[in-house]
Amino acid sequence: MTRAGWIRLALIVGALAVLEAACRYGFVSRDAVIPPSKMLEGSWRALAADETRADIWLTLQNVTLSLVLSLIAGTAAGLLLHKATRLRRALDPLLASYYAVPTFVFYPLFIVLFGLNRWPLIAIGFLFAVVAVIINTLDGLARIPRAFVRTAAVMRLTRTQYALHIILPAAAPWFFTGAKFAVAYSFIGVIAGEFVVSGAGMGHATAFAYNSFDNRMMYGLIVLLFIIVGTINAVFGTVERRLYARAGR
Amino acid sequence: MQADHLHLSGVTRIYPATEGHAAVHALGPIDLSLRQGEFFSVVGPSGCGKSTLLDVIAGLAMQSTGTILFEGKPVAGAVPDGIGVVFQEDASFPWLTVFDNAAFALRRAGVPDAEVRERVRHTLAFTGLSSFAQAYPAQLSGGMRQRLCIARTLVTRPRLLLLDEPFGALDQQTRLLMGDELLKLWRETGATVLLITHSLDEAALLSDRIGVMSARPGVFIDLVETGWARERDSRLAAEPAFGAVTGRLWAALRDQSIKALAMAS
Repeated sequence: MTRAGWIRLALIVGALAVLEAACRYGFVSRDAVIPPSKMLEGSWRALAADETRADIWLTLQNVTLSLVLSLIAGTAAGLLLHKATRLRRALDPLLASYYAVPTFVFYPLFIVLFGLNRWPLIAIGFLFAVVAVIINTLDGLARIPRAFVRTAAVMRLTRTQYALHIILPAAAPWFFTGAKFAVAYSFIGVIAGEFVVSGAGMGHATAFAYNSFDNRMMYGLIVLLFIIVGTINAVFGTVERRLYARAGR
Repeated sequence: MQADHLHLSGVTRIYPATEGHAAVHALGPIDLSLRQGEFFSVVGPSGCGKSTLLDVIAGLAMQSTGTILFEGKPVAGAVPDGIGVVFQEDASFPWLTVFDNAAFALRRAGVPDAEVRERVRHTLAFTGLSSFAQAYPAQLSGGMRQRLCIARTLVTRPRLLLLDEPFGALDQQTRLLMGDELLKLWRETGATVLLITHSLDEAALLSDRIGVMSARPGVFIDLVETGWARERDSRLAAEPAFGAVTGRLWAALRDQSIKALAMAS
């Protein structure tokens, strides 16, 4: 582990120890926050119960689906907009202000369109994630050095060779950044949707625990979510760092 | 005297008018013939169309009028087989090792693996990059990355090598040494070389012949024969004849540079 990694770990462990002590010695109200050790107990309880395991599994499926769809659609749209410069210029202000739109207002519409099933939530996650993928795809394509394009012409590459061997690796770090954002946005979209409007999933289970004053379960689920997202982000971060280091950026 | 390897006749490049901008006559008319195996340099004031000339010769851009013949065949907006180009910017692929960068064009052209390995090893040895074969470009200095770009081009065995200010980003000492290496490569490969450069010293040191271009639209206003022996290196800079060549280049170029500066401001 790097020095920065050790410092990060020490900070987390230190913060948890302080919180544990603060909760145990009554500096923080136990009605509001429970000690981290109890949160972990709650996580274990969540994992042990069939019902919450099913909720977690459903959420992970929904997030994966919205992520995969947003990556495919976002990359395709990014490629299209990169080619269609006029269309891109027309859409630029919309893309820039996109995240000001409260996506959840479309939930009733999605229920009408898709029915009362998992797809309205996947659509919410998708809408959250797709624009991050589009923006990063556009950014990656715009940053391909002109010298690479000219080199490809001198080497007389075919269109497929150019796409596979120049565009894809040259823009990979930005595609990857887009994917990393898409993971976070898919989780936010799906879980927030479940929290507010759904009858199943991790977000719903957290909301249910909150409404039932079951702090241990609520914090247990939140910790689990942190662990899942943190692990995925750590893996993505490692790959991303390697890509950028190789690119000398 | 050998036959013309490259022949340009009445070549111009005019950028058509666009919304709010008048048409720009960037280049020509250019008439030029390069002998097989000649080292020819082009000098000229900034914005005179040197790089445009290289682009149309390479087939990266289409000439507006005139004809370009490479080995007797017309070049018109597509890069013909046998031409290699090294650009001023670093064009090494950062996601590939030095070896894979050098092997890139051969692999895409479907050259058998054994031959790729053999040719790449030879070219890397030739360009002094053998011990960095498994390094990534980010781990190399600017000069080494430019050598890698030259290696990547040389490995395809171009018969006409076009160099667009390949040492532009390097310091003077490194430029001189890279120039020596380039001369060595030129002698060993027997390729015809066309070098675009801002540096009068570089042009005078490296070339058999130098074309001096006018301010835009660039045309050749002088062709200077250096008369150097094929076996030569940067120690030429100490010769009185070297001063005479650079003096003649500057005499031809000074007024054009002033004109270009006035046009730019």
